[in-house]
Amino acid sequence: MSQQPLVTLQNVGKTFGPVTVIKDVTVSVYAGQVQVLLGENGAGKSTLIKMMAGVYQPDAGHIVVDGKTVTLPTTRAAEELGIATIHQELNLVPTMSIAENVMLGRTPTKHGMVDRSALRNRARAALALIGLDVSVDTLVGDLGIAQQQLVEIAKALSINARILILDEPTAALTRHETESLFAVMADLRRRGVGMLFISHHLDEIAEVGDTVTVLRDGEFIAEVPASTPEDELVKLMVGRSIEDQFPRVAGKVGETAEILTVEHLTSTGSFSDISFTVKAGEVLGIAGLVGAGRTELIRAIAGADRYTSGTVAVRGRHLPNGSIQAAIAAGVGHVPEDRKGQGLVLDASVNDNLGYATLSSTAKLGLVDFAGQRSRAGDVAKKLRIRMHTIDQPIGALSGGNQQKAVFGRWIIAASTVLLLDEPTRGVDVGAKVEIYELMNAITAAGGAILMVSSELPEILGMSDRILVMRDGRLAGELSAAEATQDAVMTLAARDVDENHEQR
Amino acid sequence: MSTATVPAKRRSFDYKKFLANNGALVGLVVLCIALFIATPDFLTAQNLLNIGIQVSTVAVLAFGMTFVIVAGGIDLSVGAVAALSAMSSGWMFASAGLPGWLALIGGLLVGTLAGTINGLANAYGKLPSFIATLAMLSVARGLTLVISDGRPIKMPAEVSFLGGNVGPVPMPIIILVLAALAASFLLNRTVIGRSMYAVGGNAEAARLSGLPVKRILVTVFALAGLFAALAGLLLAGRLDSAQPQAAAGYELDAIAAVVIGGASLAGGLGKISGTFVGALVLVVIRNGLNLLNVTSFWQQVVIGLVIALAVGIDVLRRKTRSS
Repeated sequence: MSQQPLVTLQNVGKTFGPVTVIKDVTVSVYAGQVQVLLGENGAGKSTLIKMMAGVYQPDAGHIVVDGKTVTLPTTRAAEELGIATIHQELNLVPTMSIAENVMLGRTPTKHGMVDRSALRNRARAALALIGLDVSVDTLVGDLGIAQQQLVEIAKALSINARILILDEPTAALTRHETESLFAVMADLRRRGVGMLFISHHLDEIAEVGDTVTVLRDGEFIAEVPASTPEDELVKLMVGRSIEDQFPRVAGKVGETAEILTVEHLTSTGSFSDISFTVKAGEVLGIAGLVGAGRTELIRAIAGADRYTSGTVAVRGRHLPNGSIQAAIAAGVGHVPEDRKGQGLVLDASVNDNLGYATLSSTAKLGLVDFAGQRSRAGDVAKKLRIRMHTIDQPIGALSGGNQQKAVFGRWIIAASTVLLLDEPTRGVDVGAKVEIYELMNAITAAGGAILMVSSELPEILGMSDRILVMRDGRLAGELSAAEATQDAVMTLAARDVDENHEQR
Repeated sequence: MSTATVPAKRRSFDYKKFLANNGALVGLVVLCIALFIATPDFLTAQNLLNIGIQVSTVAVLAFGMTFVIVAGGIDLSVGAVAALSAMSSGWMFASAGLPGWLALIGGLLVGTLAGTINGLANAYGKLPSFIATLAMLSVARGLTLVISDGRPIKMPAEVSFLGGNVGPVPMPIIILVLAALAASFLLNRTVIGRSMYAVGGNAEAARLSGLPVKRILVTVFALAGLFAALAGLLLAGRLDSAQPQAAAGYELDAIAAVVIGGASLAGGLGKISGTFVGALVLVVIRNGLNLLNVTSFWQQVVIGLVIALAVGIDVLRRKTRSS
């Protein structure tokens, strides 16, 4: 490329104590191009972007902006050079309006008072840059994640950012929202903004990227065009070829062995009249848009929320409404959507986290069975290949995939036979994903039943034996694995949903 | 990073780690050495017993507070509940004519009841613990004044015994040791104790794992009430009477002791041993400043700075560890 890059990290390196996190990596961002950074968790992507954003300083190599070598001692220094980061966890104040958030730290004043009209006007101009059509007086907390992200991008552009670092912006978006984001990115690209894009969704790379820099274990592996086939990218990323991204081996589904029976389940405002069964050995996938009521349904079955009417039965026995304990006793295990917020106690050890569901049932006279717990946790950690230093290490220090395996492990220790999975591989890298899928196979092979909600269509299609599609809180249809395609699912999921309705 | 290839040096004692994890203990030792050098009156049997007696009330209150803070809450009512429990005990004996031992148990029950109400208001009434217990502070102190009509009440001999001696050993110190052992056992060994850490660390994760979070919270506050009642009776036993303004402001000492002892107000962290050291730090500082003839006005200033310093160091330590 003859054009001069906007920013280049030139042969940079970074070590933390004895650990080398980045070794001799070069990556450039060009005006009007989307550079994709690809690698598994722990490959060094976040360290790299933090160097570009002025959070970390490289120990080796240097940073070049517009052909001049610079140092970026602070994030402010990076921003002054036009480098802005859109973090996965958004930096917005939910209780303040869009206008106040966009202008945060630069609030226009008149006679020492906030100049409200200037504030609104400048915020409106910023929103216009990305074509976001909502009132600037709306509280940010009232917006969905997708729109909050756009507000953050507008904020970055309003401080004249020329280089946007997008750290997994699509992780929490629906397919539809992702497409809106990509449209904004395409527009920015036309206007000469350079972007560094990180995503775990391989299919997005060809769609939105220009070139891909692949990292593995902190080292530069390759720079390839974004059109490179997914298999090839996976191979570069994990250093071996993964035969099958979705290695579903169907369990033996017995015709009579219905383990989970849900009848006419209704929760006013969330979902209504849902009936289905899951048989032993089966994975039943639930597809649908965010807001279709899938998570609410799973939580109601798990006993986490109360429902209005209907019944849930496991092996023919009705579960009481809103009782997690009763559900667990009946063999139900719930892997919630938000691993860090709902699944784990991050400061507690791996050992403790694996044992919460069985804390009472294994106790004698109210005393914790420490020795038994340790051996059970040790066994399951080994079986699930949870990678950790010691079992007493805080679970928050593990990678996303290993954390998720621990949530599964908790239910394996509890001998659960009905697993309710809500976005089971969100934020999990490719290698660990396959391990989780294999675990699902093992559970169904042993006669267990799995109900899985996922927003990743390839996962739903690849791992389900049957697929239910939800739309606006109702069952929109059922597809067998054989007849299900992305189009078939999306037609059911999104029919009658017009733009305005979904934007809300 | 993710593989377990880092050789763990487990054999040799890691002094650095020990110091970093036991800052309060190190501070206490330094403090004691400094006071030993500064005044000959510090290291006398009489003074040490004094410290033991003084620490007993604060530490017992703080043990109860440790449960609450570990579970992610706060209890501002423990001082007032201590006073109410002691006053109720005195009233049951002096006005209702109950036998002394029954009045003592009655006092403990009153404290437990007050704590249970805190817990119910927090867990089922959805009041933040700060508000629920602030209300209880006012109610309990008010009831104490109502019962006593603002005057001290004589305690039965059974309660006064708690303030006496067994041979050379003051009874409060014996109670303190027993309370510490019981609290530590509860927190470390029992299902309810381990559950407190989970609830304080992430209440939603604990709930989804099947832990009865509401019941745990009620138990936690009930225990804090029980320990507060015990502290109130210890105090009344020493003074031989229940005072309407007894233990006023002690809730802040209890919180300070827990926090100096390494607990996090965000919940999920804390130990009885740490709390005990934290209570000792507070009492030894007061005692030392008294011996050095520093006025109680300046003592407050020093205590405030010590709390800020202790927690500040702790925050720094966690920050360096996590990055």
